[in-house]
Amino acid sequence: MTAATNQLAAPRTTVSRPRPTSKSRYTLGRTLKYAALIFFLVVVLIPVYVLLVTSFKGTGDADPSRAWALPQIWTLDNWATAWTALAPSILRSVAVVVPSAIIAAFLGSLNGFVLARWSFRGANIVFTVILFGMFIPYQAVMIPLNQLVLDLGIPTGVPTLILLHVVYGIPITTLIFRNYYATVPHELIEAGRVDGAGMLRTYWSIVLPLSIPGFVVVLIWQFTSAWNDFLFAVFFSSSQNGPVTVALNNLANGALLQNYGVSMAGALFASLPTLLVYIVLGKYFVGGLMSGSVKG
Amino acid sequence: MRVNRRMTATVATAAVLGLTLAACGGDTGGEGGGEGGGSQVEVFTWWAAGSEKAGLDALVGEFENQHPDIEFVNGAVAGGAGSAAKDLLQTRLQAQDPPDTFQAHAGMELQDYIDAAQIEDVSDLYDEFGLTDAFPADLVDRLSTEDGAIYSVPSNVHRANVVWANPTVLEENDIDPEAQYADLDAWIADLEKLEAAGVTPLSVGTTWTQVHLLETVLLAGLGAEAYTGLWDGSTDWEGDEVTSALEDFETLMNFTNDDRDGLDWPEATQMVIDGNAAFNVMGDWAVAAFEEQDKELGTDFTATPVPGTDGTFDFLADSFTLPVGAPDAEGAKAWLETVGSLEGQVAFNKAKGSIPARTDADPAEFSEYQQGAIESFANDTIVSSLAHGAATPVATLNAFSDATSKFTTGASDLAGYQSELAAAAAG
Amino acid sequence: MLKKLRRLGPPLLMLTPSLILVGVFVYGLIAANFSTSFTDNHTAAQATGQEPAAFVWFTNYFDLLASEDFQHSLMNLVLYTLVFLAGTMVMGFLWAWMLDKPVKGEGLFRSVYLFPMAVSFIASGVVWRWLLNSNQDEQASGLNRLFQMVGLDFLQNNWWNNVTFGIIAIAVPAIWQLSGYVMALFLAGFRGIPDELREAARVDGASEWKLYRYVLFPQLSPVALSALIIIGHMSLKAFDLIMSISKPANYQTKVPAVDMYVFKSSFDYANAAAVGSILLIIVALVIVPYLIRTNREEKR
Repeated sequence: MTAATNQLAAPRTTVSRPRPTSKSRYTLGRTLKYAALIFFLVVVLIPVYVLLVTSFKGTGDADPSRAWALPQIWTLDNWATAWTALAPSILRSVAVVVPSAIIAAFLGSLNGFVLARWSFRGANIVFTVILFGMFIPYQAVMIPLNQLVLDLGIPTGVPTLILLHVVYGIPITTLIFRNYYATVPHELIEAGRVDGAGMLRTYWSIVLPLSIPGFVVVLIWQFTSAWNDFLFAVFFSSSQNGPVTVALNNLANGALLQNYGVSMAGALFASLPTLLVYIVLGKYFVGGLMSGSVKG
Repeated sequence: MRVNRRMTATVATAAVLGLTLAACGGDTGGEGGGEGGGSQVEVFTWWAAGSEKAGLDALVGEFENQHPDIEFVNGAVAGGAGSAAKDLLQTRLQAQDPPDTFQAHAGMELQDYIDAAQIEDVSDLYDEFGLTDAFPADLVDRLSTEDGAIYSVPSNVHRANVVWANPTVLEENDIDPEAQYADLDAWIADLEKLEAAGVTPLSVGTTWTQVHLLETVLLAGLGAEAYTGLWDGSTDWEGDEVTSALEDFETLMNFTNDDRDGLDWPEATQMVIDGNAAFNVMGDWAVAAFEEQDKELGTDFTATPVPGTDGTFDFLADSFTLPVGAPDAEGAKAWLETVGSLEGQVAFNKAKGSIPARTDADPAEFSEYQQGAIESFANDTIVSSLAHGAATPVATLNAFSDATSKFTTGASDLAGYQSELAAAAAG
Repeated sequence: MLKKLRRLGPPLLMLTPSLILVGVFVYGLIAANFSTSFTDNHTAAQATGQEPAAFVWFTNYFDLLASEDFQHSLMNLVLYTLVFLAGTMVMGFLWAWMLDKPVKGEGLFRSVYLFPMAVSFIASGVVWRWLLNSNQDEQASGLNRLFQMVGLDFLQNNWWNNVTFGIIAIAVPAIWQLSGYVMALFLAGFRGIPDELREAARVDGASEWKLYRYVLFPQLSPVALSALIIIGHMSLKAFDLIMSISKPANYQTKVPAVDMYVFKSSFDYANAAAVGSILLIIVALVIVPYLIRTNREEKR
């Protein structure tokens, strides 16, 4: 291949232009690139513009036909109304997301540690068996799940959703932790074993403290996906006892006389926590995305 | 190392705290009623805002007059025109955690609850409270199952076959706003005129509003008797009369706005209010939308029966039930008594804008629109609404909706549509 | 024996809670779901146990697959998935490619491209429902209005109000939301390629295109595969978008997940379960080979 590229590259050197020209071409290319980057930036921000602008508009003003115009009168009424309407459900979202993320992360770290470090026959099969749970369409378990939750007598709303996010979070947290522990130097863990510590002690006193970065990534991931979940929420809760996605959908699609400004302000409220996490912990967020890919 | 261990302890504590929080959250969510001393009644509705809430408040006021010893617990669930409430109710009933009484559309929509043995026959309460004679005989007929059982007490009645029009738009296009159309053909002639003038002749919204339009067209085309026959099998869905009614429906849909599938009824009605469309077919809850924007009946808008359905009252009613295993059945019965009582019905409907199911209310207490509706309800033939659960069970209505959406988006032709409707009606 | 137990005991103990949960909630429920889908449990009375349900085996599957409506749903799902995949992969790769080499303000571009990922489909659906308004010309609003304002009138269309291709409009917000994610994956892929490799190629005098074709692309292919799998599997989330932008009852944007929701709410549990199982089978056909492959690779 090297030879081929060499040959092919040869004529190119001969026709290569004087430096200034190539530099100006370079600048043209660069200008084009920046133009493209900025164009996409604007395109991505279009929905945000409409959301923001509409959320400050009065009732008559907030109409699809005036989507692109600035508010005639800026008002905070929509934000106040949306907050009153959504605050309880936002608190319930917190009550669902925080414990379920922590529990799922903890279970995932146990699994990840065992699967990454203790090689036993079938470890890979166990891992694959767990991982499959990440990919199933939840529609394929919804009907019996409904029955199971009823049989177990777990109240709908927050308690059920915690359980579901823990259970269906296990595969991805296991995956992320397994990949994470695979990067932790062997020696650190081996040191504990030489001390004669058992597996549980090793986990508790050596591995867990090392896992903080892993936990950050997993918690962010779980937090975001559970916060944004709608499928489980709509099947197992209502606007009265469910998280903010359900309440927001209700607010936006259900109101008798629709108030678009309120819906838009509500959408922004509902997105703030995840956006905030993303802005503050963006680096880890991206890290989480990376480990979310199954490259083993 | 020690620091780290403390750290993990903190995480663990946080987890536990989180769980406790969650448990609290769970308790506050939804469950409503329950223990506590004395008698109380948890009333489950989707009347959480606007005129509906005002109506409920008025009804509660009357309830407290009649039953001061029973505490009212509001189990209202907002949103989705009741769909959110129905989802939650379904779960609660399955978990055998029913409210003491819940709101439901009267008629066949109750069939699922009946089949699932989730609600009680209340016909003996009709005798006890003297409701059988207070309601129109037609209505009692529509509410009774084949074996004579009745499963709910209606609180109010709405009319579905109403056309709302903007007189200004009509005048601008040389159409007499006072015109009474004898049948759909006469109406269609004027719609054509509007279409030619570049006005949206008829506004409609998403699937259920299209089913609503369909039912009024069927009613206009078939007449009250044959229309009712559609629901008990005595009218043939494959017949020519149905075909020509569906042709009219197709014609009418061609006069409607393009963005209909993205709109719900308030937006479709708003098009008439704003003068962006001439006509809209919607139930008489739409009157609230006009009145909230200070529009006057007669000058700013008109409300007439859908052409070809004059003399027929296409009804739907909200009603209350007695769930099997209601925690406080006595409280629930007291609530049903108030709901059925003259005072309760007057208080409720004056605030909500609908009309009493009882025929003995004094019309003078109500608005101009309501007075007209009360008169029609007393004199007209009463038929059951399809789109609002009075005529068919939920599964049948869903099948009708699917077929209608398929037809109006152009995925099936008229013959296919008709046979799908027939299949849906057959179950 | 005792030694073996001591060796295997703790790891098994640590895995047990998760294995039980996954065993019950994933595999147990999948089995239960298949069993429901084999019955004639179509009514409220049967769903609540008032009346018995009988086994009808594959009847529900045959009926569903033969029905024009369900075929339309499946077709929509396929169309949506293809457009969604193509859109996110192309945009994601393009962005990553542009940002790979040093760019001023890289952090800003990256953050903005990625942020929609943090928002739920339900929240973004609120605004996309407006943007995808199907009115055109003088009544236009949303994106159609924007097209008019910038002189691109010909781009106006009726978005999701098209019975065959309407579902593609629903993929637009999904592409908006997840292209940044694919970009991040590719960017990590680009950065994961050792500089020496590029340098070596450059020293060899490889053209830019050759560099990509023979050095970078092969290095990126595992990333691309991961992205395809994850994005492809997210296409089932179209449900959220349809619930918030269109309506479940709208025929043009129906997908199996919506059918399942409608079946469930009218107590047709058998058909709801059958739809769920069909989705599972479709996903498994793609995922299982992928998992087995990954598993094999790791053994090496």
